[in-house]
Amino acid sequence: MNAHQTNSLPVAEPPEQFNRDQVVIQVEDLHKTYQLGETQVHALRGVSLEIRRGEFVAIMGASGSGKSTFMNILGCLDKPSSGRYLLEGVDVSSLEKKQLAGIRNRKIGFVFQGFNLLARTTALENTELPTLYARIDKDERHRRATDALKMVGLGDRIDHFPSQLSGGQQQRVAIARALVNRPSILLADEPTGNLDSRTSVEVMEILQRLNDQGLTIVLVTHEHDIAQFTKRSIVFRDGKIRRDEPIVNRGIATESLKAMPVLEE
Amino acid sequence: MDLLSTLRVAFRALARNKMRSILTMLGIIIGVGAVIAMVGIGQGAGQKVQSQIANLGSNMLFVSSGSMNRGGLNLGWGATKTLVRADVAAIVRECHAVAAAAPGTQTSAQVVYENDNWGTRITGTTPEYFEIRTWAFQSGAAFTEEDVTNAANVAVIGETVRKNLFATTDPVGKTIRVGNLPFVVIGVLVAKGQSPAMSEDQDDTIIVPLTTLQKKITGQPWLRFVMVSAKSRSGSYAAQQQIQALLRDRHRIRPKQPDDFTVRNLADMADLASEASKVMTGLLASIAGVSLLVGGIGIMNIMLVSVRERTREIGIRMAIGATESDVQRQFLTEAVVMSLIGGAVGIAVGVLASLTIASTAGWPILVSGGAIAGAALVAMAIGIFFGYYPAQKAARIDPIEALRYE
Repeated sequence: MNAHQTNSLPVAEPPEQFNRDQVVIQVEDLHKTYQLGETQVHALRGVSLEIRRGEFVAIMGASGSGKSTFMNILGCLDKPSSGRYLLEGVDVSSLEKKQLAGIRNRKIGFVFQGFNLLARTTALENTELPTLYARIDKDERHRRATDALKMVGLGDRIDHFPSQLSGGQQQRVAIARALVNRPSILLADEPTGNLDSRTSVEVMEILQRLNDQGLTIVLVTHEHDIAQFTKRSIVFRDGKIRRDEPIVNRGIATESLKAMPVLEE
Repeated sequence: MDLLSTLRVAFRALARNKMRSILTMLGIIIGVGAVIAMVGIGQGAGQKVQSQIANLGSNMLFVSSGSMNRGGLNLGWGATKTLVRADVAAIVRECHAVAAAAPGTQTSAQVVYENDNWGTRITGTTPEYFEIRTWAFQSGAAFTEEDVTNAANVAVIGETVRKNLFATTDPVGKTIRVGNLPFVVIGVLVAKGQSPAMSEDQDDTIIVPLTTLQKKITGQPWLRFVMVSAKSRSGSYAAQQQIQALLRDRHRIRPKQPDDFTVRNLADMADLASEASKVMTGLLASIAGVSLLVGGIGIMNIMLVSVRERTREIGIRMAIGATESDVQRQFLTEAVVMSLIGGAVGIAVGVLASLTIASTAGWPILVSGGAIAGAALVAMAIGIFFGYYPAQKAARIDPIEALRYE
């Protein structure tokens, strides 16, 4: 397993008016209310936040704290009941479903806890999927997907099916898929939740490397060890941000791996 | 997503559940096959009846002497004595729509040749009869006008009579006897088979000059029927009207009094038969159509199952950028691909079935291009119609729910 391949990152070139200090995500006073039978559930009660290009943010909180709802809104899968959400300066809270699908396709890369690869579909085809919806031509699709897979260290397994890959490898295919359309931001929802500790750190190593190359990452996690690899932690409770602070003594995944026993996959 | 990729995804999804896809398509295969075969059978049978009617004679009308009620006793068809040869001459002379007419009378008789004998119909008529009925000879020829004038003892025999009296020998030139009367066989008619209109064996007859039959056998100077051919098929109705008017006039029938004759129009009979076969074809096709409908419901059912099973896949696709219409198109394409493949196989099955049935039943082979094109269109329409609701359902799935779906 070679996670140390060096490849240039296919991250979108920031538009002219953006620089590295530019705000990628800006949310203002987000509220989200669900009607659950008779009762109203206030999942978010006024969340305001800025995330700049190149940040690596860990979102933490117990279940029911509102972090999942917040991530769904960040990922344009859900709309806030009130408040504004600007992604690269564009107010996405007012967009139509179809336009939101386009934003998810081009601006956002998703990585899920359960990998969510299509079964009986090769790593390459799984990775190509977002480019299909972006209507990119065939050769370019193939080139981008291959590049993305090489970047996560799976250049030699592009024709493998998910069932032939380990959990860590499947998650790396998912990361390659998330990157293939060169998104502005990577949203990872407990990406290490289904992985053993060494594999988790390997995944974090990839994410750290991508972040070092300029990718903005927002990661949801329960585990403090995992959050320790990020640069900033935000803690949710009862639909509000309770803590928002930089990570001190940040872990370096490459270093941690050296101290861990190598497990046979 | 472009069409090619959409198609690829659809084929792959169908290949993933091969057995299920095949069984689902079977509904469409049977439906389309049944429609094509049933339409083929209906049209083939109709064509057969039409050709049998045409076989009776071209644009033929049949005038028979009428029934007569005498003291409450209905003597039936051919009982009146008012139809005579002068009427035939008048029909040809005065009815413009008429091309030719042949008088005729008929009785039954025992025909003897050497040691064999055969009970059959004996028809007396004139040479026009063979033209009107477009009846050709397998050997010999018809009698002439002169034979009619002279009441000659010559006879033309039908195929059934030939088979029964002349198994191996050539009948032409041989002498047969009807009662004590000898007839020289001068011609043998080709087989016409069963008459569809009168359901009798048309070949079971001998035909002699009218005068011979009238003077030497029946002793009755009136006619039982007149065979008429109209100038054209479309003119046969006019001919019928003209003959009717003429005969009423000649027979001095007062208004409101019923005809003492009957005019039957073969064109009418043909229309009636074709109407009947159309109704039958429609009936068969609609029964087959029901099975097509059931096939379509099968597609809808499987698509609904498929949407449910692939909820998570739908969620993934939506999360990475599929729009609602992308998802809808994907499932619709699957339904249409299934129904089109089913339709194509169904067409092959239907054509094969029609050919088999046609060859066993001895019908003309009828696989109309219209039925095939129609079946293909209907299959496509079924895919769209029955695929629409499941596809719509798939498109409406909330990606957040779908990603949580186990």
